[in-house]
Amino acid sequence: MPNLTRWYIRTSFLYLAAALLVGLALAWRAATPLPGFFARLQPVYVHLFLVGWVTQLIFGTVYWLFPRPEEERFHERMGWATYALINIGLLLRAVSEPLGAPPGGFWGWVLVISAVLQWLGGLGFVITTWPRTRLHKKRRR
Amino acid sequence: MPPLSIWFVRSALVHLMLGFTFGALMLGNKGAPFDARMWQLRPAHMELLLVGWLIQLAMGVAFWIAPRWWEPPRRGNVTGAYAAFGLLNGGLWLVILGSLFRLPPGWTFVGRVLEAAAAGAFLWHLWPRIVGREG
Amino acid sequence: MPPLTRWLIRTALIYLVLALIAGVLLAARLLWSLPLPTAGLDTVYLHLFMVGWVTQLIFGVAYWMFPTYSREAPRRNPLLGRIVYGLLNAGLVLRAIAELGRTAQGDVWSWLLVLSAVLLWFAAAGFVVNTWGRIRGR
Repeated sequence: MPNLTRWYIRTSFLYLAAALLVGLALAWRAATPLPGFFARLQPVYVHLFLVGWVTQLIFGTVYWLFPRPEEERFHERMGWATYALINIGLLLRAVSEPLGAPPGGFWGWVLVISAVLQWLGGLGFVITTWPRTRLHKKRRR
Repeated sequence: MPPLSIWFVRSALVHLMLGFTFGALMLGNKGAPFDARMWQLRPAHMELLLVGWLIQLAMGVAFWIAPRWWEPPRRGNVTGAYAAFGLLNGGLWLVILGSLFRLPPGWTFVGRVLEAAAAGAFLWHLWPRIVGREG
Repeated sequence: MPPLTRWLIRTALIYLVLALIAGVLLAARLLWSLPLPTAGLDTVYLHLFMVGWVTQLIFGVAYWMFPTYSREAPRRNPLLGRIVYGLLNAGLVLRAIAELGRTAQGDVWSWLLVLSAVLLWFAAAGFVVNTWGRIRGR
């Protein structure tokens, strides 16, 4: 299992635990009244789960198991860049979205930056994975 | 990686990129509004990522790595897996087009039925391959 | 493929079908008035999908394919693996029932929702504990 995969998968595990804690807070809201801040956690919960846990675990596993790339050094650099983009983007989102700041203000622009970073992360993954979807399979150590 | 897995995974990558693009537009619009219609992308964003990306990638990888039989055809009866590819993509695009162009709800309904049929077809293919080393 | 992986993957496939049937019902709700409790159905759809299908499939494949923990305990603690399977599915089924049954804040279904969230969290924690040490090079 390559080093980058270990980072992806361990980080995804932390997001799984974090997402389900946020899910617990949301379920608690159904039982007792809580401040409005908690209502704004719904999209954070879904995205910590689907981007932080599921998608990140997939990125790491694909990097490990798919047929080896031709340009390994480029591929590894892109892999680390994707890891950074996805995680910085997601964390910025998780912080700025529940604050519910007025659109166009400081936190609003942080949300815009988080959207751009995550999109670039997705693009990086697609660019590096596409050429690895081929018939020949040779596993990474 | 067998050809069907290549189709599934490449299709999943295309849907991932489209889904991330719609998501980025919506999130950017939430932070600094530029077009009120962006929120209408939400059903398509969900469909692209939940069905187009996650289900499709899982099916492609499962078809590739699930245990194979000792004798040909080594992946067993693959009809269900091929049918799943067609049904899933057909269904998900009916749902996406239905939501993007505000078509009658029948489009979404038929799309969802095709998606469920795709899951059933894939299950029919994969179920006998979920075995231990002893078979 | 170890027996627990078979259980996890087969259960995940069943949840995939159930989630997509919930998706059909959500779409049918737009066409006809259904004699079904559909108020929390969108949340149920999302959880059947995210937890029942995707997460369970990941748990199964990780338990099977990740590097072994040690020669004596290749998959670390199989009992913990089975407990995770139980907690995950109990939490998910409870969540689906409570979500559909809930009518007001603070009713018994709402507290069952909290309980389901606790069960799911412990399932995840058990999986993380059992798998963390297996994330390494050969």
